[in-house]
Parts: sequence; C-alpha cells; structure tokens
Amino acid sequence: MSLSEENIILPEAAKKKRSLAKYWSFELLFGAFLTCSLGVLVLCSGLLFPDGGEAIDLRARLMEPFVSWQHILGTDSLGRDILARVITGGKISYLVGVASTLGALVLGTLVGLVAGYYRGFWDVLLMRFADIQLALPFILLAITVMAIAGPGLDRVIGLMIISQWVQYARLVRSGVLSLREREFVQAARSYGLPDAKIIFGHILPNTLGPIIILMTLNVANNILLESSLTFLGLGVDPQIPSWGGMLADGRNYVQVAWWIMVFPGLAIMLTVLGLNLMGDWLRDHLDPLGQTAK
Amino acid sequence: MPIAKFAIQRLLQAVFVVFVVTIFVAFAIRLTGDPAIMLVQESSNVTEADLERIRAAMGLNKPFLVQYKDFILGFFNGDMGTSFFRGPVSNLVAVALPATLALAVASMVVSMLISIPLGIRAALHKGGLSDQIIRIGSLVGLSFPNFWLGLMLMMVFSIKIPIFNSSGYEGPASIVLPAVTIGIILTATNVRLVRTAMLETLGAQYIMVARSKGLRERIVVYKHALRNSAITIVTYMGLQFGNLVGGLVVVEMVFNWPGMGSLALDAIYQRDYPVLQASITLLALMIVAVNFTVDLVYGLLDPRIRVE
Repeated sequence: MSLSEENIILPEAAKKKRSLAKYWSFELLFGAFLTCSLGVLVLCSGLLFPDGGEAIDLRARLMEPFVSWQHILGTDSLGRDILARVITGGKISYLVGVASTLGALVLGTLVGLVAGYYRGFWDVLLMRFADIQLALPFILLAITVMAIAGPGLDRVIGLMIISQWVQYARLVRSGVLSLREREFVQAARSYGLPDAKIIFGHILPNTLGPIIILMTLNVANNILLESSLTFLGLGVDPQIPSWGGMLADGRNYVQVAWWIMVFPGLAIMLTVLGLNLMGDWLRDHLDPLGQTAK
Repeated sequence: MPIAKFAIQRLLQAVFVVFVVTIFVAFAIRLTGDPAIMLVQESSNVTEADLERIRAAMGLNKPFLVQYKDFILGFFNGDMGTSFFRGPVSNLVAVALPATLALAVASMVVSMLISIPLGIRAALHKGGLSDQIIRIGSLVGLSFPNFWLGLMLMMVFSIKIPIFNSSGYEGPASIVLPAVTIGIILTATNVRLVRTAMLETLGAQYIMVARSKGLRERIVVYKHALRNSAITIVTYMGLQFGNLVGGLVVVEMVFNWPGMGSLALDAIYQRDYPVLQASITLLALMIVAVNFTVDLVYGLLDPRIRVE
C-alpha cells in the first residue's frame, strides 16, 4: 500500500465506495452458502438415502450419469448409486475434519494458556516440541503411524490432533504473552481474581479471532488430508463410504467410468472451497496483523 | 545474534530433529512385530533355530539402541540395509532418489512459470479485477486434493486425448503430467507469496525513483522490482519444501512414478520394513536439510529473524 493513499482526504462519494469495497463479501456469502448447503445435505443423508449408498444393483453396473432419474450421477462397479454414496461419504469427511480440529483446539489451547501464563519450564518444553513438529511433514508421520497401526477412523483423527495441536498452542501462547501485561488483566489480578478466572474470562476471549480462523482453515485442510490418506489405503476403513475411498475405487475404472472419480472429487472441492472462502474472509477481517498467515 | 552463533544454534536444532525423527521411525517399525517372522511367513517348515539365525544375520538380537546405532552408521556410509524382497536398499534408492529430485525440480519450474507472472499481475492491479480473480483462483487451487487433480489430468490428457502416457516412466515426456499436477498445487500458495513480495518491493523508494526517471513500466517491474524480490520469493518457496514432499509422495503413487514416495508406499503395502525405514529417514533428512538451509539464508538476509 502506498503511503500517499492514506494521507489523502477522500471526497464523500469515494469514501462510500471504499467502505463498500471493504465489506464486499461475495467470498463470505458464497463460502457460507457452500458450507451450509453441503453440511445440511450430509447431515440429512440418513433421511435422503436410508440405504447409505450400500444398495447393490448388479444389473445397473457402471451406469453413466444424467441418463436415469434413479441414478442421476450414475453408478459404480457394483451398481451402487454415486449420488447416495457421495452424500453419505461426506459424513466421514465432516466427522474427521470437525473432530480432529476440536481435539487439537482443546489440547492446544490448554497447553498454550498454561505455557503463556506461567512461562518457565512448560513454556520452554512447548516451544522445543513445536520446533520438532514443524520440521516433521505430516505425510511422513502419517505413513509411518498408519503403516504400523493399520487404517481406522480413530487413528486418523488421533494423528491429526497430535500433529496440529501445536499450532493452537503457539497461537494462544503468543496471544497470552501480549495480553498478560495489559491493563485489564493487571486490573483483574489486582481485584484478586483466581488465575483460572483471569485465563478463561479475560485472556481467552481476546485470543478468539485468530483461533476461529485457524479452525476454519484446519477443518478444510483435514478434510483434504483424510481423503489423501484414505485414497492411499492409510486412512479410514475402505468398506465405509468416504470420498477418499470412492476416489481410490474410481482410480481402477479411470479408463471406462470417469464419473466414479469426478463427483467425489467435486464434493471435496466444494466443501473445502466453502471453508477456505470463509477462512480467508475471516482472516482479512478478524486478523489484520496476520498472526495466522501461513 | 551474530550469524555464526545463529548458524550453530540452527544446526544443533536440525541434528536434534533428525535424531528424534530417526529414532521414532526405528522404534515405531520395531513395534510392528518380528521382521524375521514377517520374512519367512510364506514358508511353513521353519524352526525356531532358523528364526534365530535370521535374527542374528539381520542384527535383530542386539539391543534396540545398538541396532539404531548400526542403522545410522550404516546409513551414512551408504549401507541402508537389505530389502526383504529386492536386494540392497541403496540400489533401490539410487534409482528412486534421482526420479524424485527430477520431479521436484520440474514441479518447482512449472509452479514458478505460472505463479511469478500471475503474482506480479495481482500485485500491479492490487484490489482490481485480475487481483480478485487470481485470489479466488488460488483459493480454488488450495481446495482440491492433489491426487484428484492428477487423476483428472490423467483422464483428459492420456485417456481422452492420448498425448502422455498415464503411468510409469516411458521417456522424458512422462514427467509432464505429474510435474504439472504438483506444480499447480504449489502455485496456489506461491502466487500469494509472489504477490506479497512484489507489493513490498513496489512500495520502495527506489522503484519510485526508477519510475520518476521515466523508465518503462516493464523495465521497472521486471528489472528493478522482480530482481529485488527474487531472494524473498525463493526463500519463501523453500519453506514449502515439506509441502512439496507431501505432494510428491501421493502424486508419485497416482502416476506410478518410480520415486521415493512410491518406494515408501510400496514398502508399506509389502511390509518391507528395511525399505520403509531407509526411505522415510532419507525423506526426513532431505526436509530438515532444506529447512536448515532456508533458515540460514533467511537469517543472513534478514537479521531480525536472528533475534529470539
């Protein structure tokens, strides 16, 4: 941004235009629309498709999309409805995305609060731990752990919590470090409030902005990671309908049936795009200092 | 902090990380069971004495830390152990590592070819239509799994329109699809880095001077601004190396590219633990080495980093 721009006194009309541009939030609206509509579909998948996309119809194997009302998005190699499986499979993605993010949030926030508020030994330990984790790429950790533990939903979620809580801990810690010397915290302390009340009532609420942004982006990222792991056979059980599992299946039919691979991929893309759009907008509006910048 | 002290501190950190990673991998792999039994699981008439001999031959009867020491010493002397099925691991790595490095370099080149012009355009038209389009495009690029993009490209450019072969290595053209896949994924992040770096440079006074001299915009942008942003851009891109390796592992598998990622994944599927241990150790070493170098360059260029 050039310096001069800040110093000019803008005429009324220009000011108005500028403030509109500032809150121009097609991103937010579209992102929220995508996330909400897909979320509702996935949540209602049990009502929409009571068979959970498991109904096998061998007479309708590898049916092309957009030719029959019964199977709008076509069928896979066992004659299972792609639309039903895509929407049912979303449950796994949402579950992994949300559960791992919440787990990492709770663990990381607690550690970050303690480390930042009390400093000393715990703080040093946390920061060394963070250094190691940042140097360890997730995919290598995942390959090692999943090769040993075998595929499973709980292990995927656990792995993501282990590899991501550090981000929250660092964010909360740096927030606490700058907040604990501020007047309102000093005042609370001088009133004799207990530490827990100061931490949860006065410090934590003031670090929420960056945390919400990180959470939004992490849910999106974890949905991608889960699909990659499952695609490689290192994620959730291949028997359960999931987007990554459907793509792994579709890979075997890439020559003859493009639709098996295209629709689950689109579902991942729209879900993640919705979350990324919202996260990006939130970053612009809640985090002007760029604490969560990657 | 003087640069020498900073370098030593970061080197110690890097060594420590390597130690933690390698010992974790070695330990985790031992947890999965007795490699001697896995090795002979096919044959039925094996006695306990045979197993004992195999363990002795593989060094499995020694304490864990001694085995770890042997592995590390061997590793740095070029002896990476022996695969259960395919001979010495070092021979496998000698084929896979160049293939992975070639793919990594090609992906970086693809990504730079796309992200530098687009990033510059976005920076020059900050807030304008092209900036918005590039921004949304980069978000879309961050929103699909890399392997899916690979499968889509494979479907279009090797099945519908057979220009490239869909898997394995069949001559230099085989690298195009995997490299474009990873390149596009990297571009989604890189384009933002280029934009930020260029915005910073374009705000500098010497750019204003260059413009006020009446130099053509093209020369100002490419000769003055881009050159001065180049180091920042390259450093930022280096920081993404871990990301790149993650992409390599998955995309190599999609295209059956004979690199380190395929080697590691095949080792998992076949439970070939010596190969798995060696390949993960090597990949982790590469990442730590690149991160260390980038850190050092960064500290050299921007003394503020050294304060901590």
